[in-house]
Amino acid sequence: MATQKITLAKGLNMGLRKAMEDDPKVLLMGEDVGKLGGVFRITDGLQKDFGEDRVIDSPLAESGIVGTAVGMAMRGYRPVVEIQFDGFVYPAYDQIVCQVAKIHFRSQGRVKMPMVIRIPFGGGIGAVEHHSESPEAQFAHTPGLKVVACSNPVDGYWMMQQAIACDDPVIFLEPKRQYHADKAELDESATPEPLFTSRIVRAGTDLTLLAYGPTVKTAMKAAEAAATEGRSIEVIDLRTLSPLDMAPVLDSVRRTGRAVVTHEAHVNLGLGAELSARITEECFYSLEAPVLRVGGFDTPYPPSRIEEDFLPDLDRVLDAVDRSWEF
Amino acid sequence: MTQQSPGGAQSDTPGFGPDLVEVFGPSQQDGGPELIQLLTPEGERVHHHEFDQDFSAEELRGFYRDMVLTRRIDTEATALQRHGELGIWAQLLGQEAAQIGAGRALRPQDYVFPTYREHGVAWCRGVDPLRLLGLFRGVDQGGWDPAANNFALYTIVIGAQTLHATGYAMGVQRDGDVGTGDPDRDTAVVAHFGDGASSQGDVNEAFIFAASYNAPVVFFCQNNQWAISEPIERQSRIPLYQRALGFGFPGVRVDGNDVLATYAVTKAALQRARDGQGPTLVEAYTYRMGAHTTTDDPTRYRLSNDVESWKLKDPIARVEVYLRRNGLADDDFLASIQAEADELGHTLREGCKSMPDPQALSMFDHVYAEETDELRAQREGYAAYLETFEGSH
Repeated sequence: MATQKITLAKGLNMGLRKAMEDDPKVLLMGEDVGKLGGVFRITDGLQKDFGEDRVIDSPLAESGIVGTAVGMAMRGYRPVVEIQFDGFVYPAYDQIVCQVAKIHFRSQGRVKMPMVIRIPFGGGIGAVEHHSESPEAQFAHTPGLKVVACSNPVDGYWMMQQAIACDDPVIFLEPKRQYHADKAELDESATPEPLFTSRIVRAGTDLTLLAYGPTVKTAMKAAEAAATEGRSIEVIDLRTLSPLDMAPVLDSVRRTGRAVVTHEAHVNLGLGAELSARITEECFYSLEAPVLRVGGFDTPYPPSRIEEDFLPDLDRVLDAVDRSWEF
Repeated sequence: MTQQSPGGAQSDTPGFGPDLVEVFGPSQQDGGPELIQLLTPEGERVHHHEFDQDFSAEELRGFYRDMVLTRRIDTEATALQRHGELGIWAQLLGQEAAQIGAGRALRPQDYVFPTYREHGVAWCRGVDPLRLLGLFRGVDQGGWDPAANNFALYTIVIGAQTLHATGYAMGVQRDGDVGTGDPDRDTAVVAHFGDGASSQGDVNEAFIFAASYNAPVVFFCQNNQWAISEPIERQSRIPLYQRALGFGFPGVRVDGNDVLATYAVTKAALQRARDGQGPTLVEAYTYRMGAHTTTDDPTRYRLSNDVESWKLKDPIARVEVYLRRNGLADDDFLASIQAEADELGHTLREGCKSMPDPQALSMFDHVYAEETDELRAQREGYAAYLETFEGSH
């Protein structure tokens, strides 16, 4: 079967389209997702092909979007809602945490909540306040939710379909900086890996570098640069943040003895903290150095002219790699 | 009783249209002239130009029975809380007519989204009252199957369920179960909430979504005058039912202590929804005779005189007077209902006391539809830990 080169935006769009073709119960809802195709064009053309009943332009109210999606799911639909930007998810926070996450538990499994909440996340696009945030830890900390982050076009295509097929609510994080950045070869006849698995994207022997979403690209560049200095870095794209797929991570760290985690979210109580704790608990005697974290500082997301100083970049990741050898 | 202009401004202030009091009138302790009533507190049948309808003797006796039994569920549960069998109970005392009227107006295919106080609606839907107690005893968080009776689980976060109801109604639209003319197919959804919840963003967003999509949902607000200690004046400067107009759909105020009027008005609103004419706000004007919950002390914030005046509007007494005066019920009938209530009370009492605590490890069940390895490992770890305390569980 022929392959095609696609962007992440296209992969997500194709994934949504395929899911809608496969299951008439799949609905899309959000602000500007219809005629406009979403502010990032992720739902481009879908309302034209599937109609206004299945691709629903909503009033501008995030709690309303998620809350009504709960009711649609209870009626047997599989709603996929778009939160336009990461910083706008908070009006829906109560519905997500108190309702979406708990209804299956509260009902003792009688009511399923197969909902996907898509959130373009992360910075680096020169945006104004509230448009560059990384709220994943808040959702990974909530039992009942599953949280995934895609990093590339091919994963965007497959992970979107898998998240929609999942009977649990999935917070689906899309690195907005990558939407239209790089193209990759998609083979639609391939068999995808399961959704809640991590993946080694570059093999190495000296240090394990963990990343997800937008920082996977940064991590890959860091590994390349480190290689020129003779350090072999293994890069793992976590892909799933809740549950964490620890097996490949632990296996890797047992081999390398060193680990660095990088994410755009604030370091304090971020995913890196949890990963560090679990690696330490499971690989204590294999570690040559403490697990180090490279992330956004514990400040509000800064004005965009200085966002490159906030975001973990190649040099800060390499600095952490160097520090790992200082112990 | 007079009320100051809410804005405090004189009506000759230029530019902002008529004074609010001119538009909405002064606040009314008795619900005002807009109150739809078919049976007065004295048990007199009155007529209404829009919502009048005939009721058979059987229907009237049925309403009476429903209300008496619902009140017994409530008093029994309150007593069980006092005896330490329930952690807390949210009483419905005084709101029986609003709930039975709204509950009996439903058709089987309709779907109800309750707060945590809709014990009377649950009764009408056929939910075993014993199942209501589990949440308040702390053995579960909703022990009935919503799909079995089209009655969602109680929602504790105020107003959240109004969005669920609206979304469910949007699903009904997509299933084509609106406006077909088939009485067994066309479906309406009811969102219950109270005067306090009317201030929540979710309720206002639900109004907007329902209006925007013309969803088949009835917003049924039991205005019981109190949100714990806060009076209705803290939530609204205008009668609640009039808020609907600002959202673009009709609102009506019905005497929530009059089961006949509540039934007739809700039935009409439900039919409007089923016919595809969109949402309606029904404000059932009633009074919370008891405390907010068994942990509340209303003597700290409201006058006993108010409570006494509302006692004269009791929803059950007026039906009993009407039944007796018109020869529709005799002593034997009333005694038989009391006996049935006693039996129900006994069943609830015994059932509640024998309700077992859940197993500790059951907390790991149903967190996910597709369980994660992480959680499975936590369950196994805790099970192994418990095993070290031989015979203690």
